Amino acid sequence: MVILEKDNFEEEVLNSKGLVIVDFWSDGCEPCKALMPEVEALAEKYEGKVKFCKLNITKARRLAISQRVMGLPTILLYKDGAKIEEVTKDEAKAANIEAMIEKHI
Amino acid sequence: MENLYDVVIIGAGPAGLAAGLYSARAKMKTLILEKDKAGGQIVTTNEVANYPGSIDDATGPSLVARMVEQAESFGAERKKDEIVKVELQDKIKVVTGEKDVYKAKVVIIATGASPRYLGVPGERELTGKGVSYCATCDADFFTDLEVYVIGGGDTAVEEAMYLTKFARKVTVVHRRDELRAAKSIREKAFNNEKMAFIWDSVVEEIKGDGIVEKLVLKNKKTGEITEIDAPEEDGTFGIFPFVGYIPKSELFKDFLETDKGGYLITDPDMKTAVPGVFAAGDIRHKSLRQVVTAVADGAIAAVQAEKYIENTFEN
Repeated sequence: MVILEKDNFEEEVLNSKGLVIVDFWSDGCEPCKALMPEVEALAEKYEGKVKFCKLNITKARRLAISQRVMGLPTILLYKDGAKIEEVTKDEAKAANIEAMIEKHI
Repeated sequence: MENLYDVVIIGAGPAGLAAGLYSARAKMKTLILEKDKAGGQIVTTNEVANYPGSIDDATGPSLVARMVEQAESFGAERKKDEIVKVELQDKIKVVTGEKDVYKAKVVIIATGASPRYLGVPGERELTGKGVSYCATCDADFFTDLEVYVIGGGDTAVEEAMYLTKFARKVTVVHRRDELRAAKSIREKAFNNEKMAFIWDSVVEEIKGDGIVEKLVLKNKKTGEITEIDAPEEDGTFGIFPFVGYIPKSELFKDFLETDKGGYLITDPDMKTAVPGVFAAGDIRHKSLRQVVTAVADGAIAAVQAEKYIENTFEN
């Protein structure tokens, strides 16, 4: 998975063609850490079809808020740089993330 | 029979992990099932000051990490699966998850409880958009912003104080005119200069276009409605409801006895009315729901499970 920071978010996500998944997480978010291995598995499964990225919001809070993310875990799906769908909190489960991808792939 | 466990534990919070530890240590083939994260509610709690014997600065995650380590060191298996169906009446119990089916001589239900929603318009739509039930998950977002905590019990006030480390100001909104939280917690809260209080008030509605922008409160004594808008320079604020819990007893309540609130009834040995089915931790009807009582329940359930298996299967 591509590790996002303030400096590369625009290039890797907003200026990126095709489908991009961004996993928003933080050091203090235990549900995020529990979910991460499953997102990594999806990244492998969809390799070459969907770009998977993760953003630790602890050092990029304003960036996350600019994407209308104010709760974790949140997974956003972008297409050609535009946010098209998301799952958050209790809905942020591997099965729902996969369903979201399948809908747009 | 393949895949037959002595003990299947549903839930990997402190009760489930303690049951797993005791059960595996007693050489029973033990499986702990958890739907998302190990640890249950306690991993969303930053400070655990009252768990006897814990090291200084114990946090929910650090305590749980150690419990997981201990349970696994004695041979308990853990699997991530969401349980969708249980058949517990027969001698061999069948627990069906989204991923697999598990069979067991004993089932210990340790599914715990989850935060209660306010049940007001806007709450669900704005969850993750300024409404949060997990301070440790989301506190970062509210650095230098304002936050409203709804509720007046121990959890509400403790989480409010945790949030003062991030937020500019934390206002507790409580439906009564005094806090229900323990005296030691109350005193700390009243001495915290970042904390404010709104009494006798309940939430009527949460509003916002994709992000929380307005909180509508009603004073229960006067009926007066107050609308709180996000400060213009911030554009938003946080709302953290901590107004109690609801038991996760949905799968069991049709054939196990519950109290009015939906909590499972057990005897002092953690036995439910169905032989071979035990309950432990916050899911039980009891007077104190803490880590210390959850682990005690788990230990008792595991020891009783061993006795039950000896008496039922091995003579």
